[in-house]
Amino acid sequence: MAEKEQKHTIIPKHTKLSEKEKQELFKKYDLTIKELPKILDIDPAIAHLDAKEGDVVKIARKSLTAGESMYYRSVTHG
Amino acid sequence: MTDEIFKEYEEKLPKLIIDEIKANLPEKADAAKVRKILEAVHAEYEKSKLDAGECVGLLSAQSIGEQGTQATLDTFHFSGVSEMNVTMGLPRIIEILDARKTISTPMMEIYLNAPYNQKENVKKQALLVKEIKLKDVATEFLVNIADMIIKVDIDEQKLKDLDLTLANLSKTLSKAMKSLKIKQDTVSIIAKLEDKDANLNSLYKLKEKLKETHISGIKGVTQVLPVKRGSEYIVLTAGSNLKAVLALEWVDKERTTSNDIYEIAATLGIEAARETIIDELLKVIKAQGLKIDIRHLMIISDTMCVSGAIKGITRYGVVNEKSSVLARASFETPIKHIMRASLVGEEDKLHSVIENVMLNQVVPLGTGMPVLKAKKKE
Repeated sequence: MAEKEQKHTIIPKHTKLSEKEKQELFKKYDLTIKELPKILDIDPAIAHLDAKEGDVVKIARKSLTAGESMYYRSVTHG
Repeated sequence: MTDEIFKEYEEKLPKLIIDEIKANLPEKADAAKVRKILEAVHAEYEKSKLDAGECVGLLSAQSIGEQGTQATLDTFHFSGVSEMNVTMGLPRIIEILDARKTISTPMMEIYLNAPYNQKENVKKQALLVKEIKLKDVATEFLVNIADMIIKVDIDEQKLKDLDLTLANLSKTLSKAMKSLKIKQDTVSIIAKLEDKDANLNSLYKLKEKLKETHISGIKGVTQVLPVKRGSEYIVLTAGSNLKAVLALEWVDKERTTSNDIYEIAATLGIEAARETIIDELLKVIKAQGLKIDIRHLMIISDTMCVSGAIKGITRYGVVNEKSSVLARASFETPIKHIMRASLVGEEDKLHSVIENVMLNQVVPLGTGMPVLKAKKKE
């Protein structure tokens, strides 16, 4: 039931990480999924991703200081 | 050739810096020189990074607090054009950081799709957004006690401006008030109470209710103002209802924003809300002529949004999320926190700063961070 992605200038691009990418991320930063910031599964920005609890969403933020910066949030039940 | 070298550094350097180097690179630069440049920049970049254990939150708090003393205490600033008030200055900063549910001056900036963003059309579209109640299109409310009816005289010109007719006005009215019998006259609408034991009191109550009946537009929008922005016209509104506005088809859904953080979070998501917090804070700071590094604002808005929902810097928000009892107690309402902790037998691991200050121990910051761990002999 993938919905259409909501586009807006202030919504950065959200993408769902695959299982492999997830493990790479945890290894790279030496963390567990609990330590990541959260995003609710009802969040409108990830409605099109069909993300479930335990998924990790990668967010490509536009940043004034770094141009583009990556941020990761784990999906939780809201 | 040089592209490969840049690719190598993409992981190590932020995009902005790489773009800047690319833009300023002399044409004759060969691969060896590019590598040298990137190496030097990378070394400088690593040097400018914060050390592990730096107390960034404290720095942010102080940087904003110090500048905050310079902010005007209570200003109402006119946003470009008069007529519309916007809370600015310290009250607005407090409002944002506390993440108040109801803000004092909610506002929207509605961008319109072409051709509605032209001068001729924008006024009409703006009126469509504005919330119209019956009292806005009526000239008089007449209470007829003898027949127990209310006669509402309608200003036809106003109706015409709103693209409404008397017929569909009475239709919306009868839909909104099911207990009424609505009849339509040439220039007026007659409402009759169907109730048998209707008395004078209920008739007057009905009159007040009729006045506030929603006719057209978007609920919550009390004022509209078309303003020129660049080459197009946009609509500024007082009052915010982003969800309803984004549902309109002639509204540019990609640029229309609100200053209500909770509304943004509900319609556009938590990341957009974080963005809005930074933008709104920056707006106030710029208007006041203050200088606060944007990194401080970023760390604050990140903190407010880590849990996926907005949490204010209050005892109900982020402070409530702290794991340490003593840290929570040191902020506000200490007795409440200590009592509750003792009732459930909470444990304090003393991982953070405040609780260690209280107990006169080394705080886990900077050089106080490393600890010795002894390995047991087998």
